[in-house]
Amino acid sequence: MTLTYYLVLAAILFTIGAVGVLVRRNAIVVFMCIELMLNSVNLTLVTFARATGTVDGQIMAFFVMVVAAAEVVVGLAIIMSIYRTRRSASVDDANLLKY
Amino acid sequence: MAEVLPAEGLLATSWLLIALPLAGAAVLLLGGRRTDRWGHLLGTGTVVAAFLLAVLCTVRLADVEGRSVDVDLFTFISTGELDVRAGLLYDPLSAVFVLLITGVGALIHVYSIGYMAHDPARRRFFAYLNLFVAAMLLLVLGNSYVALYVGWEGVGLASYLLIAFWYTRPGAATAAKKAFIMNRVGDVGLALAIFVMFAQLGTTSYEGVFGAVGTLAGGTVTALGLLLLLGACGKSGQFPLQAWLPDAMEGPTPVSALIHAATMVTAGVYLIARSAPIYDLSETARTVVMAVGALTLLIGAIAGCAFDDIKKVLAYSTVSQIGYMFLAVGLGPAGYVAALAHLLAHGFFKAGLFLGAGSVMHAMHDQVDMRRFGGLWNKLPITFGTFGLGYLALIGFPFLSGFFTKDAIIEATLDRDDWLGWTTGGVAVLAAGLTAFYMTRLMLMTFFGRPRWEDGVHPHEAPPVMTVPMVALAVGSVFSGALLVAVFPLSDWLEPVFGEPEEAEHVIEPFIIGIALTVIMALGVLAAWLFVGRREVPVTAPVRVSPVTRAARNALYADTINESLFMRPGQWLTRALVWVDNRGVDGAVNGLAAGLGGSSSRLGRTQTGFVRTYALGMLGGAVLVAGALLAVTSG
Amino acid sequence: MSDFPFLVTMIAVPAVGAAVVAALPKGRELLARQLSLGVSLVVLVLAVLAAVAFDTGGERFQLTTSVAWIPDFGVEFALGVDGIALVMLLLVGLLVPLVIGASWEDGPGGTPEERPVRFFFAWLLLLEAMMVGVFAATDVFLFYVFFEAMLVPMYFLIGRFGGPRRQYAAVKFFLYSLVGGLVMLAAVIGLYVVSASELGEGTFAFDALRQLEIDPGVQKLLFLGFFVAFAIKAPLVPLHTWLPDSAAEVPIGGAVLLVGVLDKVGTFGFLRYCLPLFPDASRAFAPLVLVLAVVGVLYAALLAMGQSDMKRLVAYTSISHFGFIALGIFAFTTEAASGAVLYMVNHGIATGLLFLVVGMLIARGGSRQIGDYGGVAAQAPKLAAVFLVAGLASLALPGTNSFVSEFLVLLGSFPERLVYAILATVGIILAALYILLMYQRTMHGPARGVVAPAEGAGSPPGGTADGAGATAVLTAPARTAVRFHDLSVREIAVVAPLVVLIIVLGVQPQLLLDIIEPAVVATLDDLGATR
Repeated sequence: MTLTYYLVLAAILFTIGAVGVLVRRNAIVVFMCIELMLNSVNLTLVTFARATGTVDGQIMAFFVMVVAAAEVVVGLAIIMSIYRTRRSASVDDANLLKY
Repeated sequence: MAEVLPAEGLLATSWLLIALPLAGAAVLLLGGRRTDRWGHLLGTGTVVAAFLLAVLCTVRLADVEGRSVDVDLFTFISTGELDVRAGLLYDPLSAVFVLLITGVGALIHVYSIGYMAHDPARRRFFAYLNLFVAAMLLLVLGNSYVALYVGWEGVGLASYLLIAFWYTRPGAATAAKKAFIMNRVGDVGLALAIFVMFAQLGTTSYEGVFGAVGTLAGGTVTALGLLLLLGACGKSGQFPLQAWLPDAMEGPTPVSALIHAATMVTAGVYLIARSAPIYDLSETARTVVMAVGALTLLIGAIAGCAFDDIKKVLAYSTVSQIGYMFLAVGLGPAGYVAALAHLLAHGFFKAGLFLGAGSVMHAMHDQVDMRRFGGLWNKLPITFGTFGLGYLALIGFPFLSGFFTKDAIIEATLDRDDWLGWTTGGVAVLAAGLTAFYMTRLMLMTFFGRPRWEDGVHPHEAPPVMTVPMVALAVGSVFSGALLVAVFPLSDWLEPVFGEPEEAEHVIEPFIIGIALTVIMALGVLAAWLFVGRREVPVTAPVRVSPVTRAARNALYADTINESLFMRPGQWLTRALVWVDNRGVDGAVNGLAAGLGGSSSRLGRTQTGFVRTYALGMLGGAVLVAGALLAVTSG
Repeated sequence: MSDFPFLVTMIAVPAVGAAVVAALPKGRELLARQLSLGVSLVVLVLAVLAAVAFDTGGERFQLTTSVAWIPDFGVEFALGVDGIALVMLLLVGLLVPLVIGASWEDGPGGTPEERPVRFFFAWLLLLEAMMVGVFAATDVFLFYVFFEAMLVPMYFLIGRFGGPRRQYAAVKFFLYSLVGGLVMLAAVIGLYVVSASELGEGTFAFDALRQLEIDPGVQKLLFLGFFVAFAIKAPLVPLHTWLPDSAAEVPIGGAVLLVGVLDKVGTFGFLRYCLPLFPDASRAFAPLVLVLAVVGVLYAALLAMGQSDMKRLVAYTSISHFGFIALGIFAFTTEAASGAVLYMVNHGIATGLLFLVVGMLIARGGSRQIGDYGGVAAQAPKLAAVFLVAGLASLALPGTNSFVSEFLVLLGSFPERLVYAILATVGIILAALYILLMYQRTMHGPARGVVAPAEGAGSPPGGTADGAGATAVLTAPARTAVRFHDLSVREIAVVAPLVVLIIVLGVQPQLLLDIIEPAVVATLDDLGATR
C-alpha cells in the first residue's frame, strides 16, 4: 500500500519535530520544529484526501498553512523582541511566566 | 383546699400591694439624683402604705367565705396548651407572709433612714429595698408556680443588687455573685418542677396542680417534691446550698435583717408549705426535707459557735433556725403551723438582732469582729436591751417567743415516735443547746467584759429613727410566740390552707419537753460563760486550736468542698474547652484552609516557566488521549 | 391600606437610600448620617404599619406581591409575610436605626480616607434591604438570591471597617457562608427538579413546594443541603467558629446586626424551609439536631466563661442561645416553637443591647479585654445600669423578655424531649455565671486598668521612684481623674427603646405571641407534628 509510506514519512517528520521542540533551546530551531510538525500533519491530511478521493483534507491543509503563516509572523516577532531585550534566543531564559 | 372565690372590693385592689413598692423603685431608679433629697421618704412611704393596705386586706379576708380569694389580672403567656394568667391568690398563708414582709419591711425601711444617712447612694439603697419588697410580695401572692418563679428570681436579683451595694469592695461583689449563682442552682430545681407539672398536668396554677396532683404516679410526685426542695434549699440557704448566706453579710446590715434573716430566706419554707398537697402525697420527699432540715440546723449551730464576725454568727444562726423550719414542714400536716409560727417569731427576733448588730457596728465604725467589742452594755443601753430580748427569744428562754415556737417543732418531731423522729428530734435538741452556747458567747463578747475597742472609737447610741424599729421588733420577739400559739392561734387562721389541726398523741408530755429544753438551754449558757465569760477574750483569735474548732471556723469546709468539686474542675474544663475550640474545632477548619493553600502552592511548583516542560506535557497529554481513543475504539 | 406594597417598599427604600448615601460627595459625613437615619426610620415606620395591616387571624401569607422574574424556570419575585417573618421584619426595622444612632460619632473609626463614613452607612442600608428581602421572600430561588446577596454588605462591613484582624475574619465569614450557600443552591436546584417531575412544570413557589410528596431518601439529601447552610448561618456547634471572629472584628453596629438579625436567618430557615418542605427528613434528623443544640447550649456557655475578649464572649453567649432556639424548633411542639420564634426576637433585642453597651464601653476604654476594666459602675452608673439590664435579659431573668422565650422553649420541649430539656436547663446556671463574671470584673470592684486614673495605672503597687511616675504621666497625657464619662443623651436615646422593650415584652409577651402562634401552628401542621 502506498498510503503507508506517506503516513510513515509523516510520522517520522512529526517525531523529529516533536523531539526538536523538546530538546533544542534555540527559539528559532524550536520554531522550525513546530513548522515541521505542522507540515507532517499537512502531509497526512493530503494523503487521506487523496486516498478517499475527497477535497476536505486538502482544504484543511490550506487552513493549516494559513494559520502557520500567521503564527510565523507573530512568533518570529515575539522571538525578535525577546532577543532584543534579553540578548538571547534561548527558550529557557524566558521563564518568567510561572507560579 | 378550700373553695377560692374571685376577689371583690378592697381585696380586688390587692395588686396595689406589689405595685406600690414597685412604683417606688421605678421612680427612685429613673429619677436619678433629683430624688436624692426625698427618695428615702418615698421608699419608706410605699412600704408603710403597703403594710396598712395589707392589714385592711387581712381584716377583710377574715370575713370572706373560705378565707381565700383569687385576683385575676391579665394573660401572661398563652400559646399552645399553655395558658398562664397573671393573678394573685390571697389566702391565710399568703396573708401571713404579706403582713410579715410589709410589717418588718416597713420597720427596717425606717431604720435604714438612719443607718444609711451618711451614704451618698442612699436613694439607690431604698430603690433596691422597694424592688425587693415588690418581688417578695409577688412571690407569696402569685397564684401559680410561674408567678412564684418570677418573684423567686426577682428577690434573687434584689438580693444580688443589695449584697453588692458597696460594689467597689471586691468581697461584696463576689459574695453577691456567689449568692446569685447558688440561688440559680436551686432555681433550676424549681424550673424543672414547673416543667414536670406542665408535662403531666398541663397547668401551673396552684388550683390546677393541687386539684390534679392526686392522679400522678408516686414517683412523679416524689420527683416534684425533691425538685421543689432543691429550689427551696437554694433560696433558704439549706444544705447543700448553704454557703452563700454567710457571705451575703457583705451587704448593708438592714439588708441582712430584712432579706437574709426575716423574709427572703424563708421563701423556701413558704414554697414547701404552699406545696403541701404535693408533699402530703410523698413520704419520701418529706423524709428528705426533714433530713435536710436536721442536717442544716446542726451545721449552722456548729459553725455559729466558731466565728468572730458578729454578722456571720447571726447568719449561721439563721441557717440553723431555718433548718428547724424545714424540719417542721417535713413533718407534714403536724408541722406546717409550727414551722410558720417559728418563721414569724424568727422574723421578729432575728431582724431585731441584726438591727442591733447594725447599731453596734454603727457605734464601732463598722467593726464586725466581736474580739474588738466588749463592755458595750452601758454605752448602748437601748441596743443592749432590745438585743438582749431578741437573744433570750432566740435561745428559747421560757415564755418568750422562741420558747413556744421552737418547742412546738421539737415536740412535733418527737411525736412521730419512729427512728426518723427520734434522730432528727435529738439533733434538734442538741442544736438548741448549741444555740444557747453561741448566742451567749456573742452576748458576752459584745456587751460584757473589758472593752477591747480599737483606738479612736467612741461608742454612742443610735438616733431614735434606728432605735424605735429595734424596740418594736423586741416587743414582737417577746410576745409573738405566746400570741401565735396561745392567744390568737395561728393554726385556726391557717385552717383553710392546711385543714383542721389534729390533736396529736403526745409521746412525751409537752411540759416535760419544755423543762428539758430549758435545762439544756441553761447548760448551753453555762458552758458559754465557762469558756468565754470567765476569761479574758484575746484580741486576735487563737491559732492553735483543736481540729473541731478549725472545722467549725471553716463552716465545716463547705466552701472548700464547693471549690474543689465544682469551681476548680469547672475552671479547668472551661480552659480545656477554650483550647479545644481554638485548636480543635477552629484548628480543623483553619487546617483545612491551610492544607488547601499549601497544596495549591505545591501544585503551582509544577509550573516551571520552561516552554519545553509545557511542550512535553502537551505531548504526553496528546499521547494519552490518542492511546485512550485507541483503547476505546479497538476494545 | 393593606393593598400598599409594604414589602417591596421596605426593600426599595433602603436600597435606593444606600445608593444615594454612597454617591454623596466627600466631606458630607453629617448628611450621610442624617440621610441614613432618616431612611432607616422610614423602614421602621413601614414595618410598624405592615404589622398593623397584618391580620393575625387571616391568611398565612399576607401583604403578598408577585411578579414574574425568570418565567422560563418558574422563578417569581414573590414577597409575603407570615407571623414569623413579620416579627423578624419588625426586629430589623427596630435595630437598624438604633445601630445607625449608635455608630453616629464613633462610627467606623480610623481615618476618613481609609474608611469613608458614607460607605459604612451605605453598606448598612444595603444590608437592611437584603435582610428584609430574605425574610419576605416566598419564592425559594428569590430567598436564595437574598441569602447570598446579604453576604456582600456584611463582608465589606467586616473587611473594610473592622478591627485589626478584619481581613482574616472577613474571609472566614465569607468562605463559611459561601460553602453553606453552595450546598443550599444544590438543594434548591434539586427541589426544582423534584417539583418538575411531580407537577410537570418546575416551580420555586414556597406554597406549591410544601405540598409536594417527596421520596424520603431524596428528602434527606435536600434537607441536609438546606440544613448545612442554615446551621452555618445560625451557628450550631461545630460550625460556629466563624462567628466569634467576625463579631469581634466587625464594628459594633455590624455586630448587632450580624448576631441580632443575620444569624436568625438560619433559625428562620429551619422553621420556614426545613420543617415544612421536608417533614419526614426533619423528623428523622431531629435527634441529631437536638444533640447539636444541647451540646451548643452547654459548650458555648462554658466557652463564653473562658473568654477574655468581651465581644467574643457575647458572641459565644449567642451561640449558646442559638442552641436554645434550635432546641425549641426541633422539639416539634407549639409551645417550644412559639418560644423559639419569640426567642429570635428577644435575643435580637437583648443581645443587641448587650453588644451596644459593650461597644460603648470599648469606645471609652479602647480595649476589648475584660481584664483592662474594673470599677466602671462608680464612674458611669447609667452605663453600668444598662449593662446590667442587658446582662439580666441575656441570662433570662423573669421580668425581662428573654425569660418568657427561654421558659417556653424549655417547657415546650420538656414533655417530648425530656433529657434534652433537662440538660439545657442546666444552661441557665452557666448563663448566670458568664454574665455575672463579666459584669463583676468590668463594673464592680475598685477602678482598675484603663478605668483608673493615670497615677494608679502607671505605677506598680508599693510606689515607684518619682522619675518613673512622671514618665507614666507624660506618656499618658489624655488620662484624667474621671476618664469614663457616663452615657450621653444620644447613647441614652439609642439604648432606651431596647430597655423599654425588654421590660414590656417581659411582662406582655402576648403582644408578639398572638402574631407568632398562627404561623407556628401552620408550620407544625405542614410537618404533621403530633401536637
